[in-house]
Amino acid sequence: MRTRLAALLSAVLVAGCGWSGADAPTEAGGGTIEYWLWDSGQQPGYQKCADAFAKENPGLRVHISQYGWDTYWSKLTAGFIADTAPDVFTDHLAKFAQFVDLNVLRPLDDLPPTADINDGDYQEGLAELWKGQDGKRYGAPKDWDTIAMFYDPAALEDAGIDPATLKDLTWNPQDGGTFEKAVAHLTVDANGIRGDEQGFDKNNVRQYGIGSDGAGGGGWGQTQWSNFTGSAGWQVTDRNPWGTRFNLDQPAFQDTLTWYFGLARKGYMPSFAEIGGNNPVGPDKQIQSGLAAMAFDGSWKISTFTGLTDTAGNKLEIGIAPTPIGPTGKRASMFNGLADSVTSLSKQPENAAKWVKFMSGEECQNIIGESGVVFPARPAGTEKAIAFNRDERKLDVTPFTDQVKDKTTFLFPVTSNAADILALMQPRMDAVYIGDAPVSSLSTLNDQLNDLFKVAQ
Amino acid sequence: MATATPELRRKPKDDTRLAILFIAPALVGFLVFMIWPTLRGIYLSFTKFNLLTPPEFNGFDNYVRMVQDPVFWNSLKVTVYYVVINIALQTALALGIAVMMQRLTKRTWLRGIVLTPYLVSNVVAALVFLWILDYQLGIGNKVLEMIGMDRIAFLADSNWVIPTIALINVWRHVGYTALLIFAGLQTIPETLYEAGRTDGASEITMFRRITLPLLRPILALVLIITVVGSFQVFDTVAVTTRGGPVDSSRVLQYYIYDMAFGRFQFGYASAMSVALLVVLIVITFLQYRLTRAEQSDLA
Repeated sequence: MRTRLAALLSAVLVAGCGWSGADAPTEAGGGTIEYWLWDSGQQPGYQKCADAFAKENPGLRVHISQYGWDTYWSKLTAGFIADTAPDVFTDHLAKFAQFVDLNVLRPLDDLPPTADINDGDYQEGLAELWKGQDGKRYGAPKDWDTIAMFYDPAALEDAGIDPATLKDLTWNPQDGGTFEKAVAHLTVDANGIRGDEQGFDKNNVRQYGIGSDGAGGGGWGQTQWSNFTGSAGWQVTDRNPWGTRFNLDQPAFQDTLTWYFGLARKGYMPSFAEIGGNNPVGPDKQIQSGLAAMAFDGSWKISTFTGLTDTAGNKLEIGIAPTPIGPTGKRASMFNGLADSVTSLSKQPENAAKWVKFMSGEECQNIIGESGVVFPARPAGTEKAIAFNRDERKLDVTPFTDQVKDKTTFLFPVTSNAADILALMQPRMDAVYIGDAPVSSLSTLNDQLNDLFKVAQ
Repeated sequence: MATATPELRRKPKDDTRLAILFIAPALVGFLVFMIWPTLRGIYLSFTKFNLLTPPEFNGFDNYVRMVQDPVFWNSLKVTVYYVVINIALQTALALGIAVMMQRLTKRTWLRGIVLTPYLVSNVVAALVFLWILDYQLGIGNKVLEMIGMDRIAFLADSNWVIPTIALINVWRHVGYTALLIFAGLQTIPETLYEAGRTDGASEITMFRRITLPLLRPILALVLIITVVGSFQVFDTVAVTTRGGPVDSSRVLQYYIYDMAFGRFQFGYASAMSVALLVVLIVITFLQYRLTRAEQSDLA
């Protein structure tokens, strides 16, 4: 009896284990390096890199898995807990500090293949962002991105605005400057009356002058207001990376946001509800559907925007203009970069590091540059991406690259407690966008964010 | 055992061992998958734990934080608001459907149709409604416009989100609830209705005087099951609103999930789970006593 019971017990336990095991990705080992990324647009390019890597390293193989942005991070977290995380994954600046705190990343300096990565090989500032507070490198730079304004040339033509003038637009937090004038003129209500004309009905808008990518609580307004706060001379933290104090209580920030979200109150920008709340339609869809004439978005979206079609399936014309010039007399763009990290759970860290080294190397970054999806971190790769867009897409992407050339970029704020910041910030920013709370309420948020340093894990 | 003689059979046989064998699978599952995680969860609620490094005991810190956390209290309020709308509508509708199934039709396929939404997974149902109710492109808002009403941001307006989510889940669960009640109706003897008709009672009188009183134990059971399930609403929120706008649909389960898997604060998340457990125990106990679920008037 006892043995039968034991057999039954073990059968139950085995069944239990088998269930969780069935969901696990391919077992690591056997020379297969598991690699994860979230951008489906980049997968073909990295597959080419993986093939080249396999040719150079007989016996090693890279298996690439792609998951959408939201799933990606929850799957990764679950993977760290259940020991099914990949060997190497694409890492984001907003997330990596937390992973360092959680001890799930392996310092690349400690692994022979990646120990000699040289900061100077990459666009200025990119490599330094990936060093933790302990000074160790946790990611090898792979690409970078900036922000620019995509526009629908047809809408501009209707409004009688010459696309060439977009690069001269200026804004200020008082009256919005020539930028707001252009946005108002590009806004058309249901009766065909423009935003700057008598009788404009702001509650019944057919086409907004500028699209919206939400309240920007998730990434320091990267594709929303960061170019405005940046060109107003404001910085998220006292220093970057690893700031010790947040600056959300400063007038430069609050005045800018009051003006920015004011665009939605004036009917020049869609409201929180109109873009779908917490399940928003992106700026690309807003331009595609004619809801918006212009929209800020990142360079990683170039291929998405150029691939847009109208309802009849014809390719839509798309133009790119730089972010407007702000009160500082300069334009600004957030400068963000992705990198590849090796997980501490990897059973083959040296092989993983070889693959990371390969992706950060010249050969792979040139392959990526020639695929035209993102700007590789190495200057040579960046040039290849510019050339690809110019020759293959007939698209001028210098509004993105000039920000780097002219040094008008500011780096993505890297801080600890990223997950708590996101959880605190998102609802509060949404409340400001909706109009439930005044911009001044962000001073309270700032105190809460500063308190996080006191209770740092 | 088949060879047992008649004399032996007369003696009451000790079947404890057989009973253990039959109970064991359920018991092992209960201990391993219910009791152990619950005990561990209660233990973790007294620790600081990020799941990747060992838990550190921190006494009542998590509970003190919970009492002072306005988002926790708000999420409790939002959850109760959801449960009230969800359960009130669902039970009333299910009762109506069940009575109609009992009194008006005997067709199996018609009874089957009522159950079909329940066969759709929560996530799929939520996604489908997310598209139907989309502000720009959803057919729901097109219909509203056609009948001359303004479009409504069902899942992006703080006044609408909880009623909308509650209704989505009513749609999905009402058939199943109706089926449970229907099973209860089957236990009421037809003779009582015959007697009622003989006395000239109308359908409505018979519903109030015969059906409802005799259905009470079943209704009580159904309420206990659905209320517990309703308090644990999660997937519909995760798919449609992710707790927003602001905190207007941040139900307790979603807040707990986000705290654990988004912010790696498993200790605090466990403390809130324990709070939910306590709330559910109290509510279930009260329901059980108030509805006298253990007694039937049929006897």
